Amino acid sequence: MAEDDGRRQPGQAGGRLARLRARGRSGREPEVQDAGAGPGETGPTAMLDIRDLRIHFPTDDGLVKAVDGVSFALERGRTLGVVGESGSGKSVTSLGILGLYNTGNSRMSGQIYLDGEDLVAADQARVRELRGNKMAMIFQDPLSSMHPYYTVGDQIAEAYLIHNKVGKKAARAHAVDLLKRVGIPQAATRVDDYPHQFSGGMRQRAMIAMALSCDPELLIADEPTTALDVTVQAQILDLISDLQQEYGSAVIIITHDLGVVAELADDILVMYAGRMAEYGSSEDIFNRPGHPYTWGLLGSMPRLDEVRQERLLSIRGTPPSLINVPAGCPFNPRCDYAARNNGRSENEVPVLRPVGPGHLVACHLSTDEQRRIWAERARVAS
Amino acid sequence: MIAFIIRRLIATVFLLIIVSMITFAIFFLLPRLAGQTTYELAIQYVGRNPTRAAVLAVEKQLGLDAPVYLQYGRFLRGIVFGTHYNAGPVRAYCPPPCFGYSFKNQQPVWPQMVSSIPVTLSLAIGASIIWLVSGVAIGVLSALKRGSIFDRFSMGVALAGVSLPIFFTGLIALELFSYRWPIFPNVTFVPFTDNPWLWAKNLVLPWITLAFLYAALYARLTRAGMLETMSEDYIRTARAKGLPERTVIVKHGLRAALTPIVTIFGMDLGLLLGGAIITEVTFSLHGLGLFTIEAINNQDLPEILGVTLLAAFFIVIANLFVDILYAYVDPRVRP
Repeated sequence: MAEDDGRRQPGQAGGRLARLRARGRSGREPEVQDAGAGPGETGPTAMLDIRDLRIHFPTDDGLVKAVDGVSFALERGRTLGVVGESGSGKSVTSLGILGLYNTGNSRMSGQIYLDGEDLVAADQARVRELRGNKMAMIFQDPLSSMHPYYTVGDQIAEAYLIHNKVGKKAARAHAVDLLKRVGIPQAATRVDDYPHQFSGGMRQRAMIAMALSCDPELLIADEPTTALDVTVQAQILDLISDLQQEYGSAVIIITHDLGVVAELADDILVMYAGRMAEYGSSEDIFNRPGHPYTWGLLGSMPRLDEVRQERLLSIRGTPPSLINVPAGCPFNPRCDYAARNNGRSENEVPVLRPVGPGHLVACHLSTDEQRRIWAERARVAS
Repeated sequence: MIAFIIRRLIATVFLLIIVSMITFAIFFLLPRLAGQTTYELAIQYVGRNPTRAAVLAVEKQLGLDAPVYLQYGRFLRGIVFGTHYNAGPVRAYCPPPCFGYSFKNQQPVWPQMVSSIPVTLSLAIGASIIWLVSGVAIGVLSALKRGSIFDRFSMGVALAGVSLPIFFTGLIALELFSYRWPIFPNVTFVPFTDNPWLWAKNLVLPWITLAFLYAALYARLTRAGMLETMSEDYIRTARAKGLPERTVIVKHGLRAALTPIVTIFGMDLGLLLGGAIITEVTFSLHGLGLFTIEAINNQDLPEILGVTLLAAFFIVIANLFVDILYAYVDPRVRP
C-alpha cells in the first residue's frame, strides 16, 4: 500500500475501481494485512484459508492435474477474483471448495479451512450440510443450471427447506422475499414461473437468489456474467457487490474477464495450468503486475479509460493440456521472456515468492527485471 | 390446460374418422381400383361353390354394388345406430356399435371383439407394470453404478432380452414352469371377476415373458437417459445446494430422465392393447391378437376391419394420453 503513488500507469483502473478499492480497504481488519500470504505453518486465521490444494483425476489419457498447489485466504466482506483462461483450473478450484469434486476417482489433497474446519478431511455428509448453507455458488449459464421442470420459487426454496426447519409456506415466502431482494418485479407472481419464462438477466438474478437462500458466508460466482449481454452484466455485478455489502459475505469471483474483477475484487489470483501464477491485491495486479502471463492478460483487455492502442495484444499459443504440463515453468512455451531465466534449468519450476507485501509471483525473472519490463511495456503502450 | 385437452380430444375424433376412412378404403376401394369387380368381392361373403344367382343376391343385399362412399356412410351409420343384415334365411340385427357382421361366424363383429378385450387388457396392463418398474429400476441402478459388475451383468441380460423373440422365451418358460416343474400349470385365461387369484397366477408366465422383452428395452433407455441427465448443469446446481444425493438422483435426475420413457411407454401400451399377437399365440390366450390372426386366416373382412379400427383407436387414445401427460411433466411444452 505504501507504494501507492500518483504515477499513472497503463494498468491503473478508472475511478470506479478506486472507489471500490477504497471501500474494500475501509472494511478491512488491520490484522489481516497479509491474509493472502499463502501457506503458513500456523493454524488457520482467515475465514477461508486454502493451503496447497491439489485436485487430480485419472482419465484414459493420463492423470489430469486440474488444480496443482493453490493457496489463498479470504476474509468476510472481501472479494477475491480468480482469473485465467479456460482450462486454468479456476472452476475446478471452486467446485473443490464446495466438495463437488471430491467424488468418483478424483483425488483431492491439501487443506480447505472454512472457519477453522478442514473441508478436505471432513466427511461428505458434513460438507453437504455446509454446501448451499454456509457456502453457496452462482453458476455460469443460468438456463442450463436451473432445472427446467421446477418453478423458480421451488428451486429457491429447496435449499432453504433442506438446511432449515421450516414449513413449505415459510420457504415460499422466503423465496418471494429473495426474488424481491435481487430485483425481480412482481416477485409474488413470478415465483411460480418456470426458468424458461424468465429472461436471461432475470434468470441470473434468480440464480443469485437461489445461492443466497441460506445467507451464505462464502459466495462463489463462477463466470456470473458470461452468458449475459453487456448492459445486464453491469447490473448483475452491481447486484453482487450490493448484496455482499448487505450480507458481509466473502465472495470469490471466477472469470476470464479482467474487467469484471476490476469492478469487484479486493484481491486477485491469476491461475495458469492449474497453478498460481500471481496473487496480490487488485492494486498490485493492475499497477505492478509481475508475471508475464498477467501482462498478457492485461494487454489483451480493451480499455475505455485510455487512448486506444493500435490493436489488442493477444497471448500467442494456447494453454497447455493439463495432462502434459510442460516441465519447469508451465508458461515457458508462450512466454516472451523465457530466455531470461537467470541461468535456471528449463525444468526448474518457478516457486511462488513475495515481490511486495502480500504480492506473490511465480516467475524466474527477478523482482527488478519484472519491474523494469513492466515499466517498459507501460511506456510503449502509452 | 382444459382448453388444450378439449382441442386434443376434437383432433382425436377427426384422426379416428380419417383412420376409419383409410382402413375402409383399403378393404373396399383398393380392390375396385385394382380392377376387382363387385361380383368378385361378393364371392367372399358367400359359401363354397356358390351359384351365380346367390352371389348376385349377396352383392345386392350387402350393397357392394353401391358407390364406396355410400357404403362407408352405411358403415358409419351402423356404428352409431346399428343395422340389419340379411344372413341367409334370417334377418340378423347388428346393434350399435355395429362394426360389421361376420358371415363366417354368423355373428356381429363387435361382441366377439369385446369378449377378447379383457384378455389383452389383463396381459398388457400386468406386463407393462412389471416392465416399467423393473426396467426403470435396473436402468437407474446401472447408470449410477456405471461400469460395475451389476451394470455389465444387467446390460448383458438386457441385450439377451432385446434379442430373444417372445415365441422362444415363452416356449422355454412354458416348458420349464408349466410342464417340467408345474408351478403354473394350465395357463388359461380366468376372468378377474371370477377368481382374482387364478387370474393372476395363470397370467404370471405371459406377463413375465412379455415384460422381459420390454424391460430390457426400458432398462437400456433409462440407463442412457439417466447418464445424460446426471451430467447436466442443473444436477450440479442441485448438489451445490447441499441436497442429499437421494433427492438429487430422484427429484432432479430421474424426473428429467423419465420424460422420454413416458412417451415411449404410452406408445408401447397403446400398441399392445391392439393385441399382443405373439404372446397370445404362444400361450393360447384368446385376446385381440389371436382374434386378429384368426380373422386374417379366415379372410373375414368385417372382422379384420373391426379389429384394425379398434387397434387404431387404442393407439390414438394412447397418443392423446401421452400428450396430456407430457404437458403435465414438462412445463416447457405446456400450452
